[in-house]
Amino acid sequence: MSEKKEYKVIGTRPIRHDGVDKVTGRAIYGADFQITGLLHGRVLRSPHAHARIISIDTSRAEALPGVKGIVTAQDLPEAGDKIADLGEGAVNLKYLCDNILASDKALYKGHAIAAVAATNPHIAEEACTLIDVEYEVLPPVLEVRQAMEPDAPILHENLTTASLGDEDDKPTNIASHLQHKKGDIEEGFAEADVVIERDFITGTVHQGYIEPHNATAHYNQDGQLTVWCSTQGAFTVREQLAEILQYPISKIKVVPLEIGGGFGGKINVYIKPVAALLAKKTGKPVKVLMNRADVFEGTGPTPASYITIKIGAKKDGKITAAQTSLAFEAGAYPGSPVGAGAMCVFAPYNIEHVLIDGYDVVVNKPKTAPYRAPGATNAAFGTETVIDELAEQLDIDPLEIRIMNGAKEGDRRADGPIFPRIGFIESVEAAKEHPHYTAPNGKKYHGRGVASGFWFNIGLESSVTINVNPDGTVNLVEGSTDIGGTRASIAMQAAEVLGIPAESVNPTVVDTNSIGYTAVTGGSRTTYATGYAAYEAAHDVVKQMIGRAAKLWDVDEANVQFADGEFSSINGKEEQISFRDLSARLGQTGGPVIGRATMNPAGAGGAFATHVVDVAVDEDTGKVEILRYTATQDAGKAIHPSYVEGQIQGGVVQGIGWALNEEYIYNEEGTMTNASFLDYRMPTCLDLPMIDTVIVEVPNPGHPYGVRGVGEVPIVPPPAAIANAIYDAIGIRMTELPMSPDRLLKAMGKI
Amino acid sequence: MPIIAIPALMRNLTDGEERVTITGATLREVIDNLEKRYPGTRAKLCDGDRIRPGIGVYINGVITRIGMHERVDADAELHFLPAISGGLTCGT
Repeated sequence: MSEKKEYKVIGTRPIRHDGVDKVTGRAIYGADFQITGLLHGRVLRSPHAHARIISIDTSRAEALPGVKGIVTAQDLPEAGDKIADLGEGAVNLKYLCDNILASDKALYKGHAIAAVAATNPHIAEEACTLIDVEYEVLPPVLEVRQAMEPDAPILHENLTTASLGDEDDKPTNIASHLQHKKGDIEEGFAEADVVIERDFITGTVHQGYIEPHNATAHYNQDGQLTVWCSTQGAFTVREQLAEILQYPISKIKVVPLEIGGGFGGKINVYIKPVAALLAKKTGKPVKVLMNRADVFEGTGPTPASYITIKIGAKKDGKITAAQTSLAFEAGAYPGSPVGAGAMCVFAPYNIEHVLIDGYDVVVNKPKTAPYRAPGATNAAFGTETVIDELAEQLDIDPLEIRIMNGAKEGDRRADGPIFPRIGFIESVEAAKEHPHYTAPNGKKYHGRGVASGFWFNIGLESSVTINVNPDGTVNLVEGSTDIGGTRASIAMQAAEVLGIPAESVNPTVVDTNSIGYTAVTGGSRTTYATGYAAYEAAHDVVKQMIGRAAKLWDVDEANVQFADGEFSSINGKEEQISFRDLSARLGQTGGPVIGRATMNPAGAGGAFATHVVDVAVDEDTGKVEILRYTATQDAGKAIHPSYVEGQIQGGVVQGIGWALNEEYIYNEEGTMTNASFLDYRMPTCLDLPMIDTVIVEVPNPGHPYGVRGVGEVPIVPPPAAIANAIYDAIGIRMTELPMSPDRLLKAMGKI
Repeated sequence: MPIIAIPALMRNLTDGEERVTITGATLREVIDNLEKRYPGTRAKLCDGDRIRPGIGVYINGVITRIGMHERVDADAELHFLPAISGGLTCGT
């Protein structure tokens, strides 16, 4: 792959193909979906954070006029103790099913207990109040360190600690322990002139997507189940439904409607199987919608965590050793992103001696779900704060110490793999060279901070077909739901190959019956992997059309070439025809041309980012104001720079919310007391300045255009960068998220 | 011969060795030969004839989805890490 290729479409900024429908309100989201005979479902949720379910009596609800059906966990097939391979990963089927409808225990406030289908949503809601559930209330465990105590209340009587194939026999809340070890940690710390060790706490945070979860399910008379829904992956919904419902995958069709945000939170299913159960029971299509409180209390947030970081360095700034313990809350069932956090925690740095321990711990909170670079933000909050403190103690510029120790191609990560070509140092240098970094910032209570972050990105399976139209446009069919402008970024990669404008590609996201398997829109994979599939499918089109041109000109295919949207003959005949003109002659040369490709590309390439932030701390209220923010990031190659910038800005804003305000606030009973957007404070455009972005392009050798995923890593640095800026402003190291006004006032000794 | 990076929690079975060279043209052969040299290692990595749920096998830094049938080149480096998927998480 050439470093400085000239492109006609890649790197431009066309209007997104779905833009007009979205800004005019014509795009169809799950809540908009209508079908004849539709019933409306509502879910009854546990009022207790931890309780044994003694009995459920639905008789009073069933007697309410308008109620057509009620389901509980009894309506789910017996899950048994089975590990299901759902393509996206192996899962414990009983845990998965119990999270849909609790069978024996309610494990968090908001845990689904039963669901009602009725002729309208109000009747369904009223019927929920008539379901009598008898609980034996148990003490909840709401914090990871408390849950790890030997005498903590146990959530799952049969859960023991797994540690690479070994299992303890004692019931515990610690579901698993992992470890990465590189070099000799004691030797590394012995070499250090300065060693800093700090503890960090991060709160439970939600993805905060605007559109609540929704699902409409319908069984045809022939047993075909169709589910229309908002999801990050129609195929993984199909797989989960097949396992949870024990229903043939060939009889399930999932239709992804437009998605109003996901950020990782719309991969796991919640109400989709419930809608299917209700549809089965009533024989009617059933729509189930969540409200905002349902979303906060009944879907997966990202985990709270307790992290210790210890880093040693020589006087010249060279880091000699790094050690961490990462304890992540998994929520009610095992499966936190501690593994990903462990892979990322020291990844930006080339350190000879490293020891990483990770713990996956169940607590009485909703089962956690992915959230933009899951686990990496928690981890970077600790690492990047300690790096900042090291730089200060050694009197070294904080960006310089990152460059000095920065990972580059050929360096080995602490968890083992060797980095291919990466752009960490380039991202730090871009921040250092940015005018923001040297701009004056010396006012009282004003401060500047920096931090970096890493996310590994993933590949996985994608499928694309391209149908050529007679007017030289193409219809591109894909299975990746479009959250952040990927219709455009995928279409542009096909357009570049075909030598046609991006506007001549009509991308459509289709259902699971209409395209080959495509993994979730997640892991920053879509522009990379589905874009790669579009690139290959477009080449398949070109190959077939070369055959058509050869037929037209009665020459050998080897004597036809394609460049810049024109087919031409070589070695003799002087023939030439444009892609558009040849498209009009497909009927005469053999019929339609359909290009296809399936990909599971291996070289996703890692993404790095470095952020600079200026803050002002209000000494009286403790409020932190973001004055200026600059984010640099290695995008490999920005296919559509506006959407790369948008991803960076979106990630930064979510990271700022995580840093300063966002948090599940629980009372002693385990009830979230701020389950609304009024009280769960996400930043809005009124709270923030323009986020300045710098796209660094160090091409990914694993993609024909050099693409790296961009969606996740920008959320990683903000909490640490802001903590470091607060330190610069008031001289106090904040080690707990969020750094809300009350915590700042306490830290400043004002309350 | 392929190099296997021994996971930290398994090094008690490999006399503390962090990296060992093991013959084998497929992942199954490599793991079986590792077991012959270091008894007990297979049970750490496999559940029956499959890689354990929750473990991802990386060959030259790239995760394999094929499993035990995956071909392993003579100069390959293998790592056994926490499985990272597209995001679906409900632990095992």
